[in-house]
Amino acid sequence: MEEIVLETKDLTVHYDGRPAIEGVNLKIPRRRITAIIGPSGCGKSTLLRCFNRMNDLIPSARVSGQVFFEGVDLYGPDVDVVEVRRRIGMVFQKPNPFPKSIYENVAFGPRIQGIRDRRKLDEIVERCLRAAALWDEVKDKLHQNALTLSGGQQQRLCIARALATEPEVLLMDEPASALDPIATMKIEDLMRELARQYTIVIVTHNMQQAARVSDYTAFMLAGEDRVGRLIEFGPTQQIFTRPRDRRTEDYITGRFG
Amino acid sequence: MERRRRRELLGRIFEGIALAAILFGLLVLFLLLLDVARRGLGVLSWSFFTSYPSRFPEQAGIRSALLGTLWVMALTALFSVPLGVAAAIYLEEYAPRNRVTRLIELNINNLAGVPSIIYGLLGLELFVRGMRLERSILAGALTLSLLILPILITASREALRAVPMGLREAAFALGATRWQVIRHQVLPVAFPGILTGMILALSRAIGETAPLITIGALTFVAFDPKSPFDKFTVLPIQIFNWVSRPQAGFHARAAGAILVLLAVLLAMNSLAIYLRNRLQRRHQW
Amino acid sequence: MGLTTRSVAEIYAARLQRGMAARWREWGELAIQALLFFAAMVSVFTTLGIVAVLVVEAIPFFQQVSLVEFLTDPQWTPLFAQKHFGILPLVAGTFLTSAVALALAIPVGLLSAIYLSEYAPARVRAILKPALEVLAGIPTVVYGYFALLFVTPLLKRIIPDLETFNALSAGLTMGVMIIPLISSLSEDALYAVPSSLREAAYALGATRLEVALRVVLPAALSGIVASFILAASRAIGETMIVAIAAGQRPILTLDPRKAIETMTAYIVQVSLGDTPHGTLEFRTIFAVGLVLFLFTLVLNLLAMRIIERYREVYR
Repeated sequence: MEEIVLETKDLTVHYDGRPAIEGVNLKIPRRRITAIIGPSGCGKSTLLRCFNRMNDLIPSARVSGQVFFEGVDLYGPDVDVVEVRRRIGMVFQKPNPFPKSIYENVAFGPRIQGIRDRRKLDEIVERCLRAAALWDEVKDKLHQNALTLSGGQQQRLCIARALATEPEVLLMDEPASALDPIATMKIEDLMRELARQYTIVIVTHNMQQAARVSDYTAFMLAGEDRVGRLIEFGPTQQIFTRPRDRRTEDYITGRFG
Repeated sequence: MERRRRRELLGRIFEGIALAAILFGLLVLFLLLLDVARRGLGVLSWSFFTSYPSRFPEQAGIRSALLGTLWVMALTALFSVPLGVAAAIYLEEYAPRNRVTRLIELNINNLAGVPSIIYGLLGLELFVRGMRLERSILAGALTLSLLILPILITASREALRAVPMGLREAAFALGATRWQVIRHQVLPVAFPGILTGMILALSRAIGETAPLITIGALTFVAFDPKSPFDKFTVLPIQIFNWVSRPQAGFHARAAGAILVLLAVLLAMNSLAIYLRNRLQRRHQW
Repeated sequence: MGLTTRSVAEIYAARLQRGMAARWREWGELAIQALLFFAAMVSVFTTLGIVAVLVVEAIPFFQQVSLVEFLTDPQWTPLFAQKHFGILPLVAGTFLTSAVALALAIPVGLLSAIYLSEYAPARVRAILKPALEVLAGIPTVVYGYFALLFVTPLLKRIIPDLETFNALSAGLTMGVMIIPLISSLSEDALYAVPSSLREAAYALGATRLEVALRVVLPAALSGIVASFILAASRAIGETMIVAIAAGQRPILTLDPRKAIETMTAYIVQVSLGDTPHGTLEFRTIFAVGLVLFLFTLVLNLLAMRIIERYREVYR
């Protein structure tokens, strides 16, 4: 039996009064990689952004239902959003390092938490860059602008940056879709490595990737009404070899776009 | 066939006329600069910069006007830039889409079209008389600050809008508060753009004459302004004063002062263009 | 002791709850937002301030001078012994110089816009457009100098009975100043016309001229009209050119060779003089300012309306 870190109950998100995802019930197990797959427009990213309340930034978004993190409802009345986002990190589709030095990118999270001690920051930066398998490539140019790195390196820097706030969960929104195959492979290896210590939720439109890296897979689909719903959830192997739902089978065998 | 050729000929003629129209504007610009240079180059000398105005054209200089312009510009920048940038930040990063926001935006658009002399009337009643600042540098700078605020806000908003959304999201996802996101990530990236807007707005203020006349800036100042509460004149007013005299000697002085004013404007605009080009090369991802 | 017995969920619940630090931080954020909101509201206060100042000073004026006299008396002589307070001569002077300016700036500005948007090769455009914009950056007092000391002497050779101060020179110079305003706003409107429309016309065998005049121009018309209205507003409010070159003689005439006085030039004239504040004579500038403000306000709002409408069309 897996230990559950994140759990949604009847999660529904409206944009401008129109539902984007509806009635999602999902349990994310600890220290596993859970992939959310589905055709574009099915609400994968919308669901992912509920886990760290990034939907709060979109004025027209309304979230109803519950998201429990370690048993606490993230949308409860007295929850500190800032703390939520520190505990649940996020990596985006396009590598988006700050236009500052590599060092400053990683140090940003700790700095805004009030850590000023240079030695402590140095230590955090090195640890996170090592954890993101980037240290050896950048240790001699920590004060170079992060935008001089390659796309794959930038994405690993973004992962290191997310690790610096000491999160329990990492949310990844198609983290390799803008990268070449070799950089993608490195990210995937890194994810396997990180899964020893962190819970990872990854949104991907690449089914091979989901099959390669994830332990569990959730399949989402938008119906005729263009409202995304969770169709099936289970161990990756089962989803890919013995899906219970006809629509899941159609999707993974390539019968929809 | 014949008709087709006539239609094409007509097209050529029209193109010629349209080109002539644009060249006309440039020709006038050329004539203006030529006339100013022809009349004004001769008066440019060290003493022209170090002398006070005088009843005798050959002794009159722009010392007090130049100092006045420097004072007014420095104070105008001091008041208007923080206010304009703050307003732009509010409108781009905070403002909900509601009627109050709409009202503010409508106001800014409209204020950009209010004649500058109307700002002078406002400055006269509000700053000169209401706040009892008299005809001081401070009153002038406050008036010009309100005048260029719409330009500053619009330019700063554009600079903020050019900052990629992904940058904000990245910072928010790390647990930064909205102000931390703006302060540490958005503003540094938008800074060159804001600076460009600031220079362009100030170059508008530096040439303004009418509102300062209305608030009662002097036309004859034979002392150095030493504090924001001193009376003052500025270059455009000095030019206006000399142009309005009948003697050709003063007209030459006016042309000389115009050369100085245009040189300052040219320097400011070149700096703005340089900054804009540097901005475009960075932060591409 | 307590720590070991609490469940994991309880510990996390405690850490995610907003504590004192979070509350302080939220207050700080709110204070910053309030400050920024206040800065944005300054523009609203400025408008209110303008209206208040003009109205407060105009009210005592209209208590002494009837609105009917103000609007219908054909003479404006508040600074003379025989006082008349009819704004018509100032309005006529303003319209005369503005009409001259627009008569020059509209055709030249529009043709420039058509050339830049429909004819100019990219490299030529990259030079001509900013060069033309320079005209808009020159201080108006410099144009005043140019109107009085260059344009008027030049025109006197052609029109011998041109007065030294006259509406024609001031108007023409003002026209040159607002060419870039019309050309750049009109060009934006022309540019916004989808290229599919042009291609469709070319496919039907239309020449470039026919495409420009029969297809693109009508499609961009509302934006172009908006640029004319903004140019008119700008001309009405322009001060230094007319104060220097058009004269200080408020007469009711439509003859551009004569010296006249505009509303703006009158305000300058009183500001430079020694009329004491608080007198009826001084209050005239607020009454005139109110009329000027209303004229430009109506034109600006009209232009903004039109621009908003055509933006919606192409969205």
